[in-house]
Amino acid sequence: MNGIEPQAKELLDEYLHSGHGACPGCAMPVVLRTVFHALGGKTIAAITAGCFGTISGTYPASPIKIPAYNTPFPSAGAAGSGIRAALDAKGDTETTVVAVAGDGGTFDIGIQAISGAAERNDDYIFICYDNEAYMNTGIQRSSATPWGAWTTTTPPSELKAQPKKDIVQIMAAHHAPYVATASVAYPDDFVRKIRKAKETRGFKFIYTFSPCPVGWRFPSEMSIRLARLAVQTKIFPLYEVEDGERYTLSVEPEGIPVSEYLRPQGRFNFLREGDRERIQENVDREWERLMRRMNA
Amino acid sequence: MKKLLTGNSAISLGVMLCRAEVISAYPITPQTTIVEELSEIVADGRLKARFIRVESEHSALACVAAASAAGARVFTATSSHGLAYMHEMLHWTSGTRLPVVMVNANRAIGSPWNIWCDHSDSLSQRDTGWIQLYCQSAQEALDTVIQAFKIAEEVLLPVMVLEDGFFLSHTSDVVDVPEQKAVDSFLPPFKPRFKLSPEEPHTFNIMADPSMFINFKHDAQQAMNQAKKVIGRVDREFKTHFGRGYGYTGNVRLTDADVVLLTMGTAASTALEVVDAFRKQGKKVGLCRLRMFRPFPSEEVGRVLGKAKKVAVLDRDNSLGAGGIVAQELKAALYGAVQKPRIFEFIAGLGGRDITPQDIGEIFNYTKSHSSPNGAPIWMGIKK
Repeated sequence: MNGIEPQAKELLDEYLHSGHGACPGCAMPVVLRTVFHALGGKTIAAITAGCFGTISGTYPASPIKIPAYNTPFPSAGAAGSGIRAALDAKGDTETTVVAVAGDGGTFDIGIQAISGAAERNDDYIFICYDNEAYMNTGIQRSSATPWGAWTTTTPPSELKAQPKKDIVQIMAAHHAPYVATASVAYPDDFVRKIRKAKETRGFKFIYTFSPCPVGWRFPSEMSIRLARLAVQTKIFPLYEVEDGERYTLSVEPEGIPVSEYLRPQGRFNFLREGDRERIQENVDREWERLMRRMNA
Repeated sequence: MKKLLTGNSAISLGVMLCRAEVISAYPITPQTTIVEELSEIVADGRLKARFIRVESEHSALACVAAASAAGARVFTATSSHGLAYMHEMLHWTSGTRLPVVMVNANRAIGSPWNIWCDHSDSLSQRDTGWIQLYCQSAQEALDTVIQAFKIAEEVLLPVMVLEDGFFLSHTSDVVDVPEQKAVDSFLPPFKPRFKLSPEEPHTFNIMADPSMFINFKHDAQQAMNQAKKVIGRVDREFKTHFGRGYGYTGNVRLTDADVVLLTMGTAASTALEVVDAFRKQGKKVGLCRLRMFRPFPSEEVGRVLGKAKKVAVLDRDNSLGAGGIVAQELKAALYGAVQKPRIFEFIAGLGGRDITPQDIGEIFNYTKSHSSPNGAPIWMGIKK
């Protein structure tokens, strides 16, 4: 499959156990399981407010088997830096630090601290699970919500009128040593990227796509299929950016029409005539832009 | 070794002597020279620490709190708007029971813009679960930083050390800087019972639902109750080691005083001069400088002020709609006391206005000549 060596099957140790509170079909626990699988037990996680912070147990039970530190909404970026600094001060260079946030904690309220950590090139991995709205508070628009989507704050009469913020470009512009997109529909590629991030010194940003059955209004068994469709329609391309300039495509998409991706999702039910074509045009334009960077 | 040092410089040396392992701070006047001096101390290797030059105060505290959870001795410093920007993280740090030590150089909060001293920044944060110790001199600021780490790491609550912006932060004074060996024997390395460690994985700050949340808060209150005893004991131990102690309050000529002035910070130094001058004229006045504001030393203050007929409270802050914050705290503390002095309230020195010997003389004279307060705080030096 695309020449990628299968790596996921050998990963048997479990670090995110059952008992977490995620909704049925949520892709985010799969994102985190994959991340923890790939990193192994010698890992410390900073977790910000958002879906993952909420689902990861209630005192005194925790489903997370690695040490984890919950930190307020804007501060995942800073907490990652603090934990790394403490380990360095103690001479521990083996333990990997990850900070985990959703699109709110990454694109919006958290971006200042992440930008700071990226600019300082602090040595840890930032994981964003993007479910394209504030899902934990009940489906309010974020700057990661796509154009034309319904949310509880972008009602049918006033659908999201702005395109999604290009977070990968923002992070690449910080000259971070390693920025990559990853999808739960491509676990081998996902694991390879997490391991590459672990081996790379400096700031790493892994941007993952996390379909949300509740917020996107689709049947819960479709999450992985939608994640794959997002890649194959070029809506969520899988690629890497090294040192802010070397772009590599990870998976060649088939170029399925975006309507295939939009149709199963109730959040796109309010699109008007011509809107689907407009989305397709935007996706094609963004893809061309990405290809120009690949070939630069 | 005796040196001529500003308050900020004395504090920086104190942090170095305490062997802080992770420091993170964002510059803000008048705290900035602490950030600068600690950067140099770390850069030239006098202190083996990580200095994280963050992009905001919110990140500064988020960063050192997380580092503290990972087992490091940590320090940060700020002022005014920086402290306000940390507000969420202040609650979070005490809630996580992390022994973070912070210095806040007291400065007014806008609007209008003002960079000069008053206590409204730190008193606005009185309910965030931090111990608050207000200093009067550069020596006391250095000594209190050393005490603060010992207190924080024993009771697992964060400590805020307060110094008056400019009056203390930027004014030079002779400071006896302790020897490294002496500080090492007073303050052992930080060894937390729980920390972020792959050998013993725990989830910190997990959701506590309504059946448990109140228990966490009750535990923190117990720790704050314990902190009061620990602060007293650490101060006595410090005196044994270094020959200097400060107490919960600094009391001057209280035994036979009819009128006692109660205040915090450097205004006490000015007040001391006035007390001496008044005593020479045969006027029985005294001074109580409140050093420990959180936990509030209710019983102790009741005991030392119990015999005074009148107490004049000089607040360098104001809570709109309620009055001076120290005065309110004092009134609450004395409510259950058998002997209650009449309390006169004065607001002065906001936004760096000098509190002069004349102001303090006026406060003593007003209090002496009136049988009871007229109900509202008196604002000093309002221009007509």
